[in-house]
Formats: sequence, C-alpha cells, structure tokens
Amino acid sequence: MKLTKKRELNPNESGGLNGVLGKAVDRRTFLRRAGLAIGGGAVAATLPPSMIQKASATVTVGADMTDAPVDTKLSVCTHCSVGCGVRAEVQNGVWTGQEPDFTSPFNMGGHCAKGASVREHGHGERRLRYPMKLVGGKWKKITWAEAIDEIGDKILEIRESSGPDSVYWLGSAKYSNEQAYLFRKFAALWGTNNVDHQARICHSTTVAGVANTWGYGAMTNSYNDMHNCKAMFFIGSNAAEAHPVAMQHILRGKENGAKMVVVDPRFTRTAAHADHFVRIRPGTDVPLIWGVTWHIFNNGWEDKEYINQRVYGMDEIRAEVAKWTPDVVEDVTGAPESVVKEAARLMAENRPSTIVWCMGGTQHTIGNNNTRAYCIMQLALGNIGKSGGGANIFRGHDNVQGATDMCVLSHSLPGYYGLSDGSWKHWSRVWGLDYEWVKSRFDTTYVDMKPQGTTEEGDLPVPFANPMNSAGIPVSRWIDGVLEDPRNIDQRDALKAMIFWGHAPNSQTRGPEMKKAMETLELLVVIDPYPTHTAVLPDRLDGMYLLPAATQFETYGSVTASNRSLQWREKIIDPLFESKPDHTIMYLLAQKLGFADELTKNIEVVEDEPLVEDILREINSGTWTIGYTGQSPERLKLQLANKHTFNVTTLKAEGGPCDGEYYGLPWPCWGTPEMAHPGTPNLYDPSKPVAEGGLCFRARFGVEHNGKNLLAEGSYPVGSEIKDGYPEFTAAMLQQLGWWDDLTAEEKVAAEGKNWKTDLSGGIQRVAIKHGCAPFGNAKARAIVWTFPDPVPIHREPLYTSRYDLVAKYPTYEDRRSHYRLPTRYASIQATNYSTDYPLIYTSGRLTEYEGGGEETRSNAWLAELQQDMFAEINPADANDAGVTDGQWIWLESPEGAKIKVKAMVTPRVARGVVFAPFHFGGWYEGVDLLDKYPEGAAPYVRGEAANTAFTYGYDSVTQMQESKCSLCRISAA
Amino acid sequence: MARMKFLCDAERCIECNGCVTACKNENEVPWGINRRRVVTLDDGLPGEKSISVACMHCTDAPCAAVCPVDCFYTTEDGVVLHDKDLCIGCGYCFYACPFGAPQYPQKEAFGVRGKMDKCTFCGGGPEPDNSAIEKKMYGANRLAQGKLPLCAEMCATKALLAGDGDMVADIYRERVLKRGGRPNSWGWETAYRKNV
Repeated sequence: MKLTKKRELNPNESGGLNGVLGKAVDRRTFLRRAGLAIGGGAVAATLPPSMIQKASATVTVGADMTDAPVDTKLSVCTHCSVGCGVRAEVQNGVWTGQEPDFTSPFNMGGHCAKGASVREHGHGERRLRYPMKLVGGKWKKITWAEAIDEIGDKILEIRESSGPDSVYWLGSAKYSNEQAYLFRKFAALWGTNNVDHQARICHSTTVAGVANTWGYGAMTNSYNDMHNCKAMFFIGSNAAEAHPVAMQHILRGKENGAKMVVVDPRFTRTAAHADHFVRIRPGTDVPLIWGVTWHIFNNGWEDKEYINQRVYGMDEIRAEVAKWTPDVVEDVTGAPESVVKEAARLMAENRPSTIVWCMGGTQHTIGNNNTRAYCIMQLALGNIGKSGGGANIFRGHDNVQGATDMCVLSHSLPGYYGLSDGSWKHWSRVWGLDYEWVKSRFDTTYVDMKPQGTTEEGDLPVPFANPMNSAGIPVSRWIDGVLEDPRNIDQRDALKAMIFWGHAPNSQTRGPEMKKAMETLELLVVIDPYPTHTAVLPDRLDGMYLLPAATQFETYGSVTASNRSLQWREKIIDPLFESKPDHTIMYLLAQKLGFADELTKNIEVVEDEPLVEDILREINSGTWTIGYTGQSPERLKLQLANKHTFNVTTLKAEGGPCDGEYYGLPWPCWGTPEMAHPGTPNLYDPSKPVAEGGLCFRARFGVEHNGKNLLAEGSYPVGSEIKDGYPEFTAAMLQQLGWWDDLTAEEKVAAEGKNWKTDLSGGIQRVAIKHGCAPFGNAKARAIVWTFPDPVPIHREPLYTSRYDLVAKYPTYEDRRSHYRLPTRYASIQATNYSTDYPLIYTSGRLTEYEGGGEETRSNAWLAELQQDMFAEINPADANDAGVTDGQWIWLESPEGAKIKVKAMVTPRVARGVVFAPFHFGGWYEGVDLLDKYPEGAAPYVRGEAANTAFTYGYDSVTQMQESKCSLCRISAA
Repeated sequence: MARMKFLCDAERCIECNGCVTACKNENEVPWGINRRRVVTLDDGLPGEKSISVACMHCTDAPCAAVCPVDCFYTTEDGVVLHDKDLCIGCGYCFYACPFGAPQYPQKEAFGVRGKMDKCTFCGGGPEPDNSAIEKKMYGANRLAQGKLPLCAEMCATKALLAGDGDMVADIYRERVLKRGGRPNSWGWETAYRKNV
C-alpha cells in the first residue's frame, strides 16, 4: 500500500481529479487481483460502470435555500430547566439552521443532545397533524370546530350529571408562564381544583418541604453561582445526564477548586466526575443526611452563630440526629462511617458549600422529610443565603418552575396564594370578576350533600367545606379519582373526563390500573404536539380525541428557568400543520364552555389568540407573594436584546441598558416594573440590600412558637432600618413604623387594610424596600415543621422495602381516610413482606437523550438513533443469579402484578440488589409493541416498555408525590 | 495558516451526546451514519471516562494513504476531506483509520457499502463553498462562513474544542495548569495507581 503522504489537491482543479481517477482504475484492478474484493464488492466489479451509482446522481437538490435571507430568532430550549438559549435561523418561514447562542449567560452556546437537536421540531415528521377522534377503534380526521364542539358538549353534559369536579384538567410544565397562568385561571373559572401538572410528581415535596422551612420552595441560588462553591453535595441528582449544561458551571466550580460529593444508589455519570462518591440504598436519604449531620455536630462543625440568629428548632434536630450513629447509618444506608465522615468533612471544611438534589430525593413516600433534612443540613452548616452555598434544587422541565409558580396545581392559586376565601377574593379582584360569580362556578351544592367529612389534624389539605377551598385530586392519583368508589372520594362523583394537556402518562406509576382507568373514563382528550402513550395505552373504541398543540418554538412568551430567571422566547416558526398554540386552544374551549369573556377580561384577543403580553401584565398585577410583578414583557424583551451584557458568574448586567439588573429578573423581582427592582440572584442573602437583590428568611409561620421567637435575631439585610427580625408587612405595620406617609395618595387608597401580598398598587412593598426591609418580613428558618405529619424529618422504610427487618423500627404512616380527597394507603401495604418473592430494589432515572415521558424526543430521529432500546441496568451478580446475560430480553415483574419486557444491561453501575430503568420509554405494554394503535405516521421512532408500568403504590404524606424511586421487582429471562 | 484540530477534554466530557446531535443537525446526516460518537471507557466503574471521537484530520492520514482511488485531499487549513464522486465505498479507509471515522450508508447500491461519509470539520467538500450540492453531499461548510464545527461550538461543557491546533493547545494547557496535574475524580486511585 501507498504509505507516502498524498499531495494536497486543489478541489477545483479538474486535471488533478482526472489524474486521481486514472490511478484509481489501477488500484481497483490491483484489489481484485489480490483477492481482497469479495461479496458485494466482487459483484460490483463485474457490473458495467453505469450500474454503479454515483453519489452525485442520487442527489435531488431540493428548494435551494442557500440564498434566501436569514432571519435570526432567539428562544429557549424546551427540555430541562437550565434555560439554554436557542438561536434559530429561519429562511422563508422554514427553520433551516441552529447556531450556538454564545450570548446566553446560562449555556454560553452549549447544548446537550436534546438542545442541539431542537431544530427537528421545525420538521415535526412524527407530529399530530390535525384533530382526530377515535371511531370504532380507528383514528378519524375531524376539523377543529367539530373537535371543540363535540368535546365541549360532552364536558358540559358531565358537568350537568356529575358536577364540574368530574372533569380533570391535567396541564403541563411545557406551557409558557402565560399559558400556565391562563390554564389555572381556566380551571378556576370552570369551577374545579381538579387541575395539576408534572410538578406534583417531580418536585412537589421540594416545594412543600423547602417553602415550609424558609419561605419559598425554589432553587435558592443559580447554576452560574456554582462557580463560587467550595464544595458541592449532590444527592439524588444526576446532573450529567439530567441537566448536562449545568455541568458546564459545576465543572467550572470544580476547576476553581470546589470538592464534589455525589450520593446516589448508582455510580452515575455525575459520580464519575466527583471527588467523593457515597453509595446508598434507595430510600435512605434521611439516614444518610442525619449520618452526615451527626459528624457535623460531633465535630462542632456547625455554624453556631448562624443557627442562633437564623434557625428555629435545631435542638429537636440534634436529638433525632443523635440516634444516627455511624453504625446505625451503615446498617440502614449501606454507607460505611469513613465514607460518610469524609462527605461531612468536605462539606464543612470547604464553605460555602451547596447541596443539589433532584428526583432521587423527592419521589418517595417520605419525600417531604428528605427535602427538609437536606435543608437542615445546610442550615447547620450556615450555607443558606450565601453565594456559593444554598440549596440548588435542579428542576426538571424547561418551565416546571414557572408552571409551579403559576400554580397549575390542585392545592393553590397562582403565586402560591392557596385556596382560602381570601386568596380567591384576591385573584377575583385581579381578574376583574365578581367573587360570588367565581364561587358559583364550583359545586357548592356538594357541601350540603356531604357535610359530615371527618377532618384530620394540622393544616394539611383535609375534607372541606366547599370544593373551592379544598385541594383537588393530584395528578399522581387521578387513576384513583376514576376507579375509587365515589363514596370514598371527597367530591360529588368520580372523574369522568380527563384532559391530558401536555402530559406523558408513562411518567406515572401503576400501569395496569392506569390502563383500566383510561378505559373507564367517558371522555379522554389528548392536547399535545404528539399522540403520547395515552393515545395507545387504553383499549377503547371511541370517546377519545387527539388535538394537535404547537410547541413553544411555534409561539412566544416567557419561561422560568430553575434559578427563577424569566426569559422571553420569540416565535421561531408558525404552528406546523393544523396545530394551534395552547393559549389559543384554551380560548376556543372557554368560548364553547361559556366563560371566554371572563377568562380574557383584561386580555386582548386577536383571531382567537389571547395576547401573550397582556397575560403577563395580568400576572404582574397579581403575583405579589413571589415577586412576579416586576418582570414586565418590556423588561424581559430588553434583556433578551442585551443578553451579552450579563456577567456569566454573577448574572448581573455590567453597563448597557440593563445595567445592575440580574439576568432574567429572578423572582422575587419586587414591586411594579416601574420600581425597577433588579431581581434576586440568591435567596435569603443578607449581604446585599433588598433593593439590590438581598433578602432574609421569610416570616411565614408566625412570630413565635412554643414561647420561642420565630423572628431573626441580629441578622438583617444590609441597609435595613430595622436592625432585627420583623413580621411580614401590612398597612397597619407601615402606620406603626411611621412610614405610612411614604405612600403616594393613590397607593394609600389601594393599600388601606391590605398587606404586602394583596396591595395591588405595590406601595407597601415599595416603602418596605425603601427602608431596606424585605416585604415578607425577617424571620428564622424552621428546622421543625409542626404542621407536617413528621415535624422533625424522620426515616420511614419504603412501602415495598428490601429491608423488612427494619420496618418495626422505622414503620410507615397509618392509612389515611382522605388526603387530597382520596383514601391513601401506607401501613396496610407495608404489612406484607414482599422482599422474599421480589428480592431486587427497583429504581428509575433519566437518560440524556430523552426527556420526561419521551414521546417528543423519541420522535426526534437525531435523538432516537442514540437510544433505541428500553433497558434495565442489573448488577452482574444479580444477572448471574437470574441466569440473564447482557443484551438479553428479560421480564421485570412488580409485586403488584405488572410486568415489563426490557433488555438487560449488565453493569456494576448499580449495586448488587438494585435494578435501574430509564423512565422515558412508552408505546409498549407488558411485552407488546402498540405501534398499530398510533395514528398513521405519528408513532415515535423508538418505542419501549414504560418503566413506571412496574412501579407500585406509594404517595408522599404531604404532597401525594408518587414513590417512583424505590420499589421491588424480580427478573427472569424472557 | 491554521492547522485545524479537535481535542476532547476527558475531564469535562459527560457523554451527553450534544456533539453527536449537533453534527446530525448541522450536516443532516441520515440515521445510521455517525460522523461523531462518544466513547465511554470503564463504563460504570471508578475511573469512567468519556471522549467524543470523529475524524481527527490526521496530518499524515492513513485513510488517504490506503485509498485505492485517491479520493482524499487535505485543505489549506489541514482538514482531511474526500471526493464522493471518486469514492468507491470500498471501506479500505475503514481498515486504516485508527478512530473508526469512516461511515458507510446502509441503503445505497446493492445493499452494501455506499459512498464513504465522514466528519468534514464542518468544511464541506470539493463542490463550490456553501452550494446546494455541497450541502447535500457533504453537509455544512461552516469554515467557509468563518465558523468552527458545530459539535465543538455547541459542546455542553466546553469539553470538545476545535480550531487552530495552537489555540486549542493553549486553552487546554491553561485548564490542565488550573486543575493541577492528574485527574482528581473519585476512583482514579482505584482504577490506576496512587500518585500517577
């Protein structure tokens, strides 16, 4: 063979090419003589040259876009919550190019597999193209008008027969903020709290646990702030696969010297980058955290001054932690003393240190205990409210933070106002509607029908006086809302209609029961860009509709990243095929259902599309609790045009028109837009004045408890005129302080008798901040939440535990008669030991290539090619015990009788006794590919068994989060 | 004159496959053809490392050395390209390449190897720069637009670097100095030896 360097060719020199071709003939002859050309090659060599296709001959040059003008549009990736900027190039209305958005301070041009492939949305080969209904088991094309009419008629019929609570509005974290808000308002005006979205099954235990500890239930700092960490503690977070671009900031922090600790049942791709790895048994987060905290207290590493000034209830925690000696921790978690102590030492000796958690911690029956334990460890170390510290809770979807803030949730109104009469009155006022009319939309007669509901202790959602004030059925439990005996459900009737508006049912547990519930419903509607697993799971002949929704790249509006920053998305292309933006569909349905005028009273509607800017202005005018008031469309658009002026570590604009603002005006962005608050980059950080993004802990739980002061002592934001703790601001408080006259005459009228949350003029907030105070008060964080089932976070074994011997010592809760309107089982399940017949722990998690239920990403050829088979990770020892080899098809069976057929991936990544499966697959059910049930051309490229089909019963005691990180299974060769 | 090089910083690569889909996106590469892929060593074990691999655009390219039809050429920027009009899809370059870079479409003439396809460093091919025919046959020509390969520009963690070899080396050297020597991830000592 020729081994000399080839001469450089000038590709435009025809002589050179001819020369090469001439030599090539010789080479081909040589090859044949040498006997190397075999098989197809030998056949080819004997055929006439005309039969050998030239690449150029096969090229059919399509519409030549090379010269069409390029229009650049800026959007935000629609997958995880990092908020990566997307820079789209559009020619003649076609999305032809995707360039890195180097100006975005969040991703600086970077993308993971999903972000780098979003242009595929512009092609949408596998999208729903037009409205369809199921007729005799076949999908039939219908018009939008027919769809809205038929669905509307059926819903109104159900309202008549069973009441508004029998229609379930299942929303989405894929909405923009404006759509999420409009959807929650839509459900309210329909007259039900049976509205929810994915946040219930992703971070609901975080929101409840964290908000009840220090005020707000959100990520305290930002991905970018992790550049400043000295140590990072990941627990139940696999950032490298779930939030890949976050790793840009994490690894930068690490290269700045931060020590990285990863606690996980699996040796994840994140763990592969860690300095220290702690493997635990799934479901033992509280023991591990108390084990770490034991070393912190034992060595005097806690921040005593911080605890005295800013934390309530740490003594009760000490008493619990004292029980978790290293030997007990090792027995329960599996992590030896030296490993746990090293984790504690790294966190204590390298401060400020941060904690990161995700669904590995949240999706448990004691999820709220886990999240509070994480917070308490950080409070003990004095890490909260500091740059480089904090609780960096990574949210899952692109706008799950925003949809949570807008409270597409069954237990609250936008801005976490709750469901009390006062909250309804506040929002009715913002909506410009009569409160009594809003109330009349609800099933008020039900109160008379079932007045004897028993109540439980505490301020948990309980059986109620009025369906308007009682938390609705959460998405995790809609199955039971359909199947449970109506006499056991705290509403008039069971659920009769489900509207899946941007939801993947395969992200939910208990597959067989879900299938049955879908078959029991009278009406099943999917509104989504893709058919989803819902379209194929139930065996139905009719009563089912698919409506094509546009993606976020086909509309515009704001989106909130995990760090509470709002970004504005521009519309890249028009809605594909016959799809429509979600807010347009909401308007059309509201029209049919008779409350469109009320829904859009303050909102201009252009050709059935409510004006997005007007919706955001309405959000601004009412969401005072969490400071969604300062982020006007104008301010967000100005930031969009000046992204490049923001510092990538501090997120603060340096010069330019946004000078001094934080990127995305991270909430709380107090007061009116005119007040020009810069946003709050790190929550509870008193080193800055409140006017410049500083804060303290929120005074949310009163001023004293058990005779002890709950307000901060000697700690306050820089520049505060009150040099101590204080309660939340009210009109009366302003008068007491002598600050009332700082209000303008107009503000005085609006503020009279109101507080910082209900004063629609923003005057109370403005004056408090003018005097350096936080509108929500200045209190201590509370380490004990006396309103929760477990005031001190304690360990309880999972319902399906692999360590049945520990149940006696760490039992679960008693069964509850009514929680979120439904009976909820705990002890009656744990009463049986399943671990003998089902010896392996079953857990789940993410892959980089897919997201959520995966329908969208599995329909993207560029991504689908990278993960073509549903699999389960099995330790080599367990595989050998079961007689299973790598790559083989296996059955995975759950103790509740479900079984899934997956490929075995034999790997030491999982510990012996643990089986892991990714939860993004769908389109199969118990070994059968449901390909023929999809509408023609709309099946995703890759289908597989849903991991959650085999996940079992189990719900968090505060939020009804599903248990999908710790169950049991057994495996066998298929 | 620039000498274009890729460098994948294994301390930063997280196997997110962003580079792989960026390549698919920019070059409209069909299913089954992987100009770039991410390889993980010691998967699931202490010391696990991932690197993104494509054509390395060798200075003395073995593919070019063995090509029976001499379809390869090296551009002024040191990018190794090939002419699909000349390529016979024999796969000999596949033998020669130490990185598995050459790819063969599966559904071409006679169901066997079609024309070879590989990473072009987003530098197109012999057809006129950024012409429709070039785009169709070779994918994007970002170099002619003054841009670098999209895989590197979109790398999630800035692990994959591309550009003039001297500049890439400077960036990487700075990182290595800042990190202070050997990788410091968990398991290094288990997988290798102490103080290596």
